[in-house]
Amino acid sequence: MSLPAFAADMSLSARAQRVATVAAEFADRVDHDGRFPREAVDAMKAERLIGIQIPTAFGGEGASIAEIAEVCSILGQACAASAMVFAMHQIKVSSLVEHGGDSEWHRDFMRELAGRQLLVASATTEGGIGGNMRNSICAIEVDGDTCRLTKDATVISYGAHADAIMVTSRSNEKAAPTDQVMTVFKQGQYTLQKTVDWDTLGMRGTCSDGFLFRGEAPSMQIFPKPFAEIAAQSMLATSHLLWSAMWYGIAADAVLRAQAFVRAAARKAGGTQPPGALRLAEASNLLQLLKAGILSGLRIYADAKADHDQLSSMAFSIAMNNVKLASSETILTIINQAMIICGIMGYKNGTPYSLGRHLRDAHSAQLMISNDRILGNTSTMLLVQKPDTSLLG
Amino acid sequence: MNETIRELLTRVGGLPVAVTELEDGADLYAAGLSSFASVQLMLGLEEAFDIEFPDSLLNRKSFASIAAVEQTVSHILKAREAA
Ligand SMILES: Cc1cc2nc3c(=O)[nH]c(=O)nc-3n(C[C@H](O)[C@H](O)[C@H](O)COP(=O)(O)OP(=O)(O)OC[C@H]3O[C@@H](n4cnc5c(N)ncnc54)[C@H](O)[C@@H]3O)c2cc1C
Repeated sequence: MSLPAFAADMSLSARAQRVATVAAEFADRVDHDGRFPREAVDAMKAERLIGIQIPTAFGGEGASIAEIAEVCSILGQACAASAMVFAMHQIKVSSLVEHGGDSEWHRDFMRELAGRQLLVASATTEGGIGGNMRNSICAIEVDGDTCRLTKDATVISYGAHADAIMVTSRSNEKAAPTDQVMTVFKQGQYTLQKTVDWDTLGMRGTCSDGFLFRGEAPSMQIFPKPFAEIAAQSMLATSHLLWSAMWYGIAADAVLRAQAFVRAAARKAGGTQPPGALRLAEASNLLQLLKAGILSGLRIYADAKADHDQLSSMAFSIAMNNVKLASSETILTIINQAMIICGIMGYKNGTPYSLGRHLRDAHSAQLMISNDRILGNTSTMLLVQKPDTSLLG
Repeated sequence: MNETIRELLTRVGGLPVAVTELEDGADLYAAGLSSFASVQLMLGLEEAFDIEFPDSLLNRKSFASIAAVEQTVSHILKAREAA
């Protein structure tokens, strides 16, 4: 082997591609067994993708949300569960990067996260509240330098495999349900008692079991900003954008499989157009629409980050909501098209054209913060918000 | 204006605490103002003062406290007079 062959390509996309190769190898088994994509996550750590968003000053690479979205999309084309684990982790990291800079503890945690490649999980969903993450029932108890929290967390993806969990709660026992804070708990500072099994249609490898969370930690680990601000300024946007990016990955791989199917048919057909060809053109059209929507969302976010008033404006929330609504619905149409193109070869498991896993994984998108809930929020805002109808604005 | 805002807040705010007990500077979100209720408050203000909130003022800051709402509404009324 020549020397240059040893020098691995260290660009972000090359590193993501290498992780994707591992993720793809185990994707069907992870899905079938509903197990954590350990190999892919170990590969993410080995390629040091876990800490890329952390600023360089704290030992990371300062990767932008657009760069991270690209990684999500590359991983999504290989194994949606692995990609979702990566996306959800990066969503948590974005809160740390955007809102933790003023606190010494959170800065130290950023260094540790980048250094040790710590995987962070999220516990916003709560029994009795569902997906309305801007409300909490549980309250954190601050007792001098120590804080304690018990939460009926009905869904914590990879909770049992994480190195830390960020948990939302009311800011104190007397606080209103919307007066929330978010706290980082590191492994060793909490116990998880499993309450619900994650045996689902798709996204089986995210292992999003339900747990009774019990944590105790130094109160410095509570984010110094209200969760309302964190949600509006980083979580809402990064969730919708990074989820969409990995969903795009699922759809892109489905179209790739459909195209391979049509091409193989065309070779055999000897000059006549195979029956799936027109549908493939339609699917490719929808895929481009999906991509354009996500890219425009990424641009809106990058612009808004430069202007905090814009970040907390209704126009911005509506734009991010719309990215999520459109992506989560469009992927289903695209994958369904691909399935019709591949026919029984797409419906069957274990063929090069199998699309069952794609379709099942994609069905989670509309429920992951229910589209009806998001539509409800947008429709409320539209009662007062005045849309900008310019094309470029 | 302060009274009108407090009346509206009582009617549509859905706060778990009595509006009379809130100081002008008290954080309305911490007091339990939901985003749905804040929109209802905006609609009420638009009706009461015959104004429209420009998009640039439709953010959390403008509705963070009774004092902030007062300031936002005064700002719009002044801008209209100047026009
Ligand atoms: C793959 C996956 C991974 C996840 N990982 C995590 C995680 O790591 N951490 C975490 O905290 N959560 C996680 N979640 C949960 C997720 O964030 C949402 O909380 C959850 O999907 C919503 O659950 P729900 O449908 O029971 O609740 P709800 O949002 O309460 O919805 C229930 C039903 O009621 C309807 N509905 C409710 N409210 C409204 C409304 N206001 N307007 C209109 N309709 C409404 C909805 O249409 C829906 O049919 C994950 C979910 C998925 C699918």
